[in-house]
Amino acid sequence: MALKTETMILNMGPQHPSTHGVLRLELELEGELIVDVKPHIGYLHRCFEKHAEAMTYPQVIPYTDRMDYLASMYNNFGYVLAVEKLLGIEVPERVEYIRVIMGELQRIASHLVAIGTYGLDIGAFTPFLYCFRDREKILSLFEMTCGARLLYNYMWVGGLSHDIHPDFVRLTKEFIKEFRPTIKELNDLLSYNKIFIERTANIGVLPLDTAINYGITGPSLRGSGLAFDLRKDEPYSIYDRFEFDVPVGQGLMGTVGDCWDRYYVRVLEMEQSLRIIEQAIDKIPEGDVQSAIPRRIKPPAGTVYQRVENPRGELGYFIISDGSTNPFRVKVRAPSFVNLEVLGELCKGHLVADVIAILGSIDIVLGEVDR
Amino acid sequence: MYQALYNLTGNAIISTLIVALVPLTIILLYALFAIWLERKVSAHMQDRLGPMRTGWHGWLQTIADMLKMIQKEDTIAADADKKLFNIAPALVFAGSFAAFAAIPFSSAIIGSEIEVGLFYIIAISSLVVAGILMAGWSSNNKYSLLGAMRSAAQIVSYEIPTALVVLTMVMYTGTLSLDKISQQQTAYFWNWNLFGGPEFGITKFILIPFMFVAFIIMFISTLAEVNRTPFDIPEAESELVAGYFTEYSGMKWGMFMLSEYANMFAVSAVVSILFLGGYQSPFGYLGNTLGAEWLVPIEQLFWFVSKALFFVFVQMWLRWTLPRLRVDQLMTVCWKYLIPYAVANLIIVGIVTLL
Repeated sequence: MALKTETMILNMGPQHPSTHGVLRLELELEGELIVDVKPHIGYLHRCFEKHAEAMTYPQVIPYTDRMDYLASMYNNFGYVLAVEKLLGIEVPERVEYIRVIMGELQRIASHLVAIGTYGLDIGAFTPFLYCFRDREKILSLFEMTCGARLLYNYMWVGGLSHDIHPDFVRLTKEFIKEFRPTIKELNDLLSYNKIFIERTANIGVLPLDTAINYGITGPSLRGSGLAFDLRKDEPYSIYDRFEFDVPVGQGLMGTVGDCWDRYYVRVLEMEQSLRIIEQAIDKIPEGDVQSAIPRRIKPPAGTVYQRVENPRGELGYFIISDGSTNPFRVKVRAPSFVNLEVLGELCKGHLVADVIAILGSIDIVLGEVDR
Repeated sequence: MYQALYNLTGNAIISTLIVALVPLTIILLYALFAIWLERKVSAHMQDRLGPMRTGWHGWLQTIADMLKMIQKEDTIAADADKKLFNIAPALVFAGSFAAFAAIPFSSAIIGSEIEVGLFYIIAISSLVVAGILMAGWSSNNKYSLLGAMRSAAQIVSYEIPTALVVLTMVMYTGTLSLDKISQQQTAYFWNWNLFGGPEFGITKFILIPFMFVAFIIMFISTLAEVNRTPFDIPEAESELVAGYFTEYSGMKWGMFMLSEYANMFAVSAVVSILFLGGYQSPFGYLGNTLGAEWLVPIEQLFWFVSKALFFVFVQMWLRWTLPRLRVDQLMTVCWKYLIPYAVANLIIVGIVTLL
């Protein structure tokens, strides 16, 4: 006689230590094997897009901070670029340089969180604190510049809220010098750890065609082997002036596009960000960072789409202007939201423990998924 | 120890009670210290200071935590099986507590000098599995259940390599009594079983590599038996929240915590008895040199606690360095590597001792 068996539904989140925020996953389990994963989102929905319609253009900027709260600078960056494009204004050189430096520092800080929490998901607690120690230094640089540590409201349409601190250049150089060896330390402690490799290599393999079909961008796409980086392929601001490589996943420890590749692309990208900062930091021209800020922002009617390479992928702002001081519509293409969709595909046939590894490797921020 | 007390008091019940209370006090004090140590070790490995405010370098921190825990509301989920839910922590704690009865802390301090001490410890520590399964099942929580299932599978599997290594050592030493095993490895550290045992000869040198293999297998499998990283899968925080004790709060949770630390010490003690001479000093005794016989047991206690605490420290060190294995990889390590090596080792050591 055959025993009657059924699958078990396990509800993971919204309060769970490893869902990286208030994500709820409905796991259908056969023992510990995943049959299906259904992500339920919306626990952090704050109506950003609707709110933006009731705000003037500059008033939207603080709201962009709160989307991807680990990469606030970059959210500002994308939005102000979009509005500047709509207005058709040029910003001073100094502003461009500072924006790029801030953006890349933010990318390092964001990747540090991604890497640290990924280690935490796999069970390695110590690398997490090492990453946060280094991130702390970046946050101090930001705090010194604009007074805020997480939500900066730093980049304004046409300029910046504050000029950099006189010590900023020196301290940033010091940071670069201190940080380079810690990447190596991190690799020794975590990336090349046998157990870590066992847990992540060949897990959650994302083939390139699937990645493209799902619209995956950022390190998750590059982990699958395509060198697509908007800083390189569609340079905005002054990214065309700097030399840097676009690291891609090569399947060093397993298959191309596995969790380890996605993780390692982030490690390599931190090194590239350091290179960009090094090139930019000495060339910051003199000037006034607020000279180009328009008194009254009232763009002509029209639409604009501006996309930037946020630490998590392609962050796009689509803005419709009706000629008034408020945007008629702001639509955000959030990379975390798009990347999250592939989770179900990646998890099938893996174990519960792998769901955590896979979710961590696509690195989502729920603030951005739900907006 | 029991005999000495019986002669002193002349009352069997009082002596038994005292003998039982001693390990309990030791465990409690040790657990307080070990939890503090764990926090300090982890903190210093992570560029932090850890608890610093309560007392000198925070040494009162665990006491404060315990006081907090005792005061906490004891919540029981509405759909939990209340009886089992309440018994489980006691059973888990009893299992790890009972193991201390047979551990010889020194030649004078030993709860019960039973001849089959080693066998007793292996048997009694299996009781913990029942408690864990009970906790997981009665919580009526899927995470707890998954944690308990993993834990049962893990502990039962890893008992096999442990038992095989223990068997090797029993075959070699010819006794199941922990006290006798310790006594055999007397005098200097090259007489420890890890270095081929007390008998000097060609077999000693042949045995050394196999003893090291046995030691490593034993250490790895004891790590798994007490659910420490890289084998802390039953309570894998990032996957199962807190595993089988997710639903527990207050002092019941504290019992699980205490038993985890007690277990850490118990397995470290067994490893050091089997391989590192137990309570024997590596260099001979000050008491013997000075002619003060009473000093010897105290020195032995010192050496025993140092050895065991060293292993406890290594367990903490590993925990804060290594990531966690996945549940199937854990089984692979056990069944594909540890058990075959342990069996091969058993046979080789058997042949060598026979010759």
